[in-house]
Amino acid sequence: MTMLENRPTTNAKLNSKVPSGALSEKWDTFKANAKLVNPNNKRKFKVIVVGTGLAGASAAATLAELGYQVDAFTFHDSPRRAHSIAAQGGINAAKNYQGDGDSVSRLFTDTIKGGDFRSREANVYRLAQVSVNIIDQMVAQGVPFAREYGGLLDNRSFGGAQVSRTFYARGQTGQQLLLGAYQQLSRQIGLGGVRLFNRCELVDIVVIDGRAAGIVTRDLLTGQVTSHAAHAVVLATGGYGNVYFLSTNAMNCNVTAAWRAHRRGAYFANPCYTQIHPTCIPQADETQSKLTLMSESLRNDGRVWVPKNADETRPAHQIPEAERDYFLERLYPSYGNLAPRDISSRAAKRLVDKGQGVGPLKNGVYLDFSAAIARLGRNVVEERYGNLFEMYERIAGENPYDVPMRIYPATHYTMGGLWVDYELQTTIPGLYAAGEANFSDLGANRLGASALMQGLADGYFVLPYTISNGLAPLLNKSVPGVDHPEFKRVEAEARSRYEGYINVKGTRSPDYFHRELGKIIWDYCGMERDRNGLEKAISEIPALYDEFKKDLRVTGTGEGMNQTLEKAGRVDDFFQLGMLMCKDALAREESAGGHFRVEYQTDEGEAQRDDENFCHVAAWEWTGDANEATRHAEELSFETLQLATRSYK
Amino acid sequence: MSHTLSNLTVKVWRQDGPNAVGRFETHVIESITDEASFLEMLDVLNERLISQGKEAVVFDHDCREGICGTCSLMINGQAHGPQRATTTCQLHMRSFKSNDTIVIEPWRAGAFPIVKDLMVNRSAFDRIVESGGYITSPTGGAPDANLIPVPKPVADAAMDSAACIGCGACVAACPNGAANLFVGAKIAHLNLLPQGQAERYRRAEAMVDTMDEHFGSCTNHGECSAACPKEISLDVIALMNKDYRSAKFKNRKELSRN
Ligand SMILES: Cc1cc2nc3c(=O)[nH]c(=O)nc-3n(C[C@H](O)[C@H](O)[C@H](O)COP(=O)(O)OP(=O)(O)OC[C@H]3O[C@@H](n4cnc5c(N)ncnc54)[C@H](O)[C@@H]3O)c2cc1C
Ligand code: SF4
Ligand code: FES
Repeated sequence: MTMLENRPTTNAKLNSKVPSGALSEKWDTFKANAKLVNPNNKRKFKVIVVGTGLAGASAAATLAELGYQVDAFTFHDSPRRAHSIAAQGGINAAKNYQGDGDSVSRLFTDTIKGGDFRSREANVYRLAQVSVNIIDQMVAQGVPFAREYGGLLDNRSFGGAQVSRTFYARGQTGQQLLLGAYQQLSRQIGLGGVRLFNRCELVDIVVIDGRAAGIVTRDLLTGQVTSHAAHAVVLATGGYGNVYFLSTNAMNCNVTAAWRAHRRGAYFANPCYTQIHPTCIPQADETQSKLTLMSESLRNDGRVWVPKNADETRPAHQIPEAERDYFLERLYPSYGNLAPRDISSRAAKRLVDKGQGVGPLKNGVYLDFSAAIARLGRNVVEERYGNLFEMYERIAGENPYDVPMRIYPATHYTMGGLWVDYELQTTIPGLYAAGEANFSDLGANRLGASALMQGLADGYFVLPYTISNGLAPLLNKSVPGVDHPEFKRVEAEARSRYEGYINVKGTRSPDYFHRELGKIIWDYCGMERDRNGLEKAISEIPALYDEFKKDLRVTGTGEGMNQTLEKAGRVDDFFQLGMLMCKDALAREESAGGHFRVEYQTDEGEAQRDDENFCHVAAWEWTGDANEATRHAEELSFETLQLATRSYK
Repeated sequence: MSHTLSNLTVKVWRQDGPNAVGRFETHVIESITDEASFLEMLDVLNERLISQGKEAVVFDHDCREGICGTCSLMINGQAHGPQRATTTCQLHMRSFKSNDTIVIEPWRAGAFPIVKDLMVNRSAFDRIVESGGYITSPTGGAPDANLIPVPKPVADAAMDSAACIGCGACVAACPNGAANLFVGAKIAHLNLLPQGQAERYRRAEAMVDTMDEHFGSCTNHGECSAACPKEISLDVIALMNKDYRSAKFKNRKELSRN
């Protein structure tokens, strides 16, 4: 491919609809001018919310409180099980409760810089603005955030920031936030404002006359395929990190909802922006089904090192200080062990690739707490990280109070997702995307503790305003119902897709294909990418995908619970997404945040952006084949910040 | 250092649907590394079943890191298996020896009907939360978070209870199929906090009454707390009972005033 072919086309559908005016006034301007639906009319509108994680639960609860009829869908047995539950470290907010110089504009600046200047400025500013409301709302819901002895809220610092603005509930922040949102949603379910469809998976989106008219679902208990019509549809269905097979995501996280929307006309933005988290427990053996994250907050007190000598055989505590390489402290003196995720991850990878890794498979680096235990006492360390230490011991079979943890980067979060405008609306009118499912305010790399913030910002404080603005013009207009032929057509397509998986009757399970696909994507579109590798992936994936279509084996039937069949549908969509990721990574001839192209790096090995040619969002349009998608661009401009090279030295 | 276990006999419960008759099916796992998690052992078994053209064993799981509360297996008669304070997904094969026989069953409780094989329906827990397991605080009206100071010991105690993952092991372990530990944990979390006071007694009454519609009654065996992967203390049940008794009295007074 030549540079010329890479040049994106601009497209009228990519109107970001950012309000005019000064950055700090845009959101107020939007709210002041947004169309409203009067309270009595709200119940005439039905809104479908797919997903009950932080973004979905907060949106569904709030929309129902406002008076809309809400139908909420989740493939989980209970809304409380969404993957948000697993977030450990914390949530950012510009409260400046510590009086250490934080402010909305500093959180904004950190997030833009952390995202390597590849996010939309206006969205990020709004995110920083509403961050303060999130903490108020969650405390009112009874979230037991950590407190100081005087009873006020405690904060910690997180990678990529020089202030303490992260709120946390032990190592279970995501759990406590999700339970808060789940309880608020449950109240609405009890009151009848929300109808809950659990163990029910979205398998397609229905678009009629250019507008989202509803969704088609598959009931996981009965296999029944059903249509649901609505005035607006929100996808809050999480990220696609499981395309790598091994990731820190929960086993059932998948891209199906976003991918099916993409196939119906929603542009998919920046699929190659994926985040690798530096502190996960390394893979132990070949049966490994997922990787476990150790919260980044551990880097507040843990020191990362490897032995200087690649042939080192002594246990960690016998290696003298002089023979250890505390490489993050050495390379990035001002941020040290708190350097951002992508930077820390690559630093670890390079040393492991050089043979300096630790552990039986030499596939990790040490995260050592002995200095913290000596300085603070074991009690304080236990208070801060007790449950994380226990978790580590259960998995790795070693006690981190006595021996350093072993960690290695793993896929963790996906910044890419459905392209949305300032109103979180996709390129399909009436279809919105929130939380990790959208292409996010977090640019090419997200800082720690900002995904929870973004999910709750979208659901609590953005969507309720923007959806009203979208629905008001539809008042008293009729919308297509589920008896419309298009619903029937999409339903029939979905049925035959699932029957198709069963009818292949080949020899390999969906998991087999998922693992193989994951290996290709990890090797060529993981922590570091280059042209050769990406071209290789782009030729290997279709071959494997063909094999999937010919040699898949799904046992059991389509009626009733069949987890193998569910998995087949999800892996099918991961294949197509995988191709698009590699295509996107190849087309982006620069390095930015989590997208590190080996060809584009500074002499010191840092990511080298190309602001002249790539200061844009890549938004892909489906053309019938993931390998033939069309690339469009939304140009990014920065009014208040100077485009600068990220430096954490 | 990792070791290999050999010759494990796995007896797993198979049941085609809620009303079908169930049975044990026996499989031999010839060898597996002890670094594998318990669920990875089941993955291996399922891969084998699929390659033999048989249906995979259905079991619930998601996060595989002990926080989502989805996994739910009775292992050798113990909810979540032999390791203290550990969910099924966090259990590793290190806890077993070569030649062991492992019996795997679903949660068995009247309120948790079997969906298929090892998967049960725990929606009754959601019904209890919907009846009152929340603090009414619609989006938008919350005061500044630091206006409500919460003494650290109170926040810590609330957090201890809020750590419940809603797995249902307490119910499965209880000879009566009672849900008192789960409900007590939620009531304690919210009723200890200053934010939860306004609805304290209404919450206790509504949640306990809904619980009683679905679950058996507690006769103080204490099996629940012993099985709980998050080590929720029996104290939460005492707090729930106290608040429920006061609630009956206070709510009646309030009703008569209206
Ligand atoms: C281990 C871990 C730790 C993390 N720690 C932090 C942290 O400390 N701070 C931070 O800010 N972020 C953290 N993150 C990131 C953060 O947790 C997620 O980005 C965020 O929670 C995503 O929320 P969500 O609401 O967008 O989606 P999710 O919580 O993933 O919810 C998705 C929902 O969609 C439903 N769904 C999906 N597809 C379908 C479908 N087809 N049909 C029906 N329903 C569907 C699911 O059932 C679920 O309810 C962490 C992530 C991981 C993996
Ligand atoms: S109280 Fe314990 S055993 Fe019961 S549901 Fe909660 S975490 Fe599970
Ligand atoms: S699978 Fe989530 S707790 Fe076990």
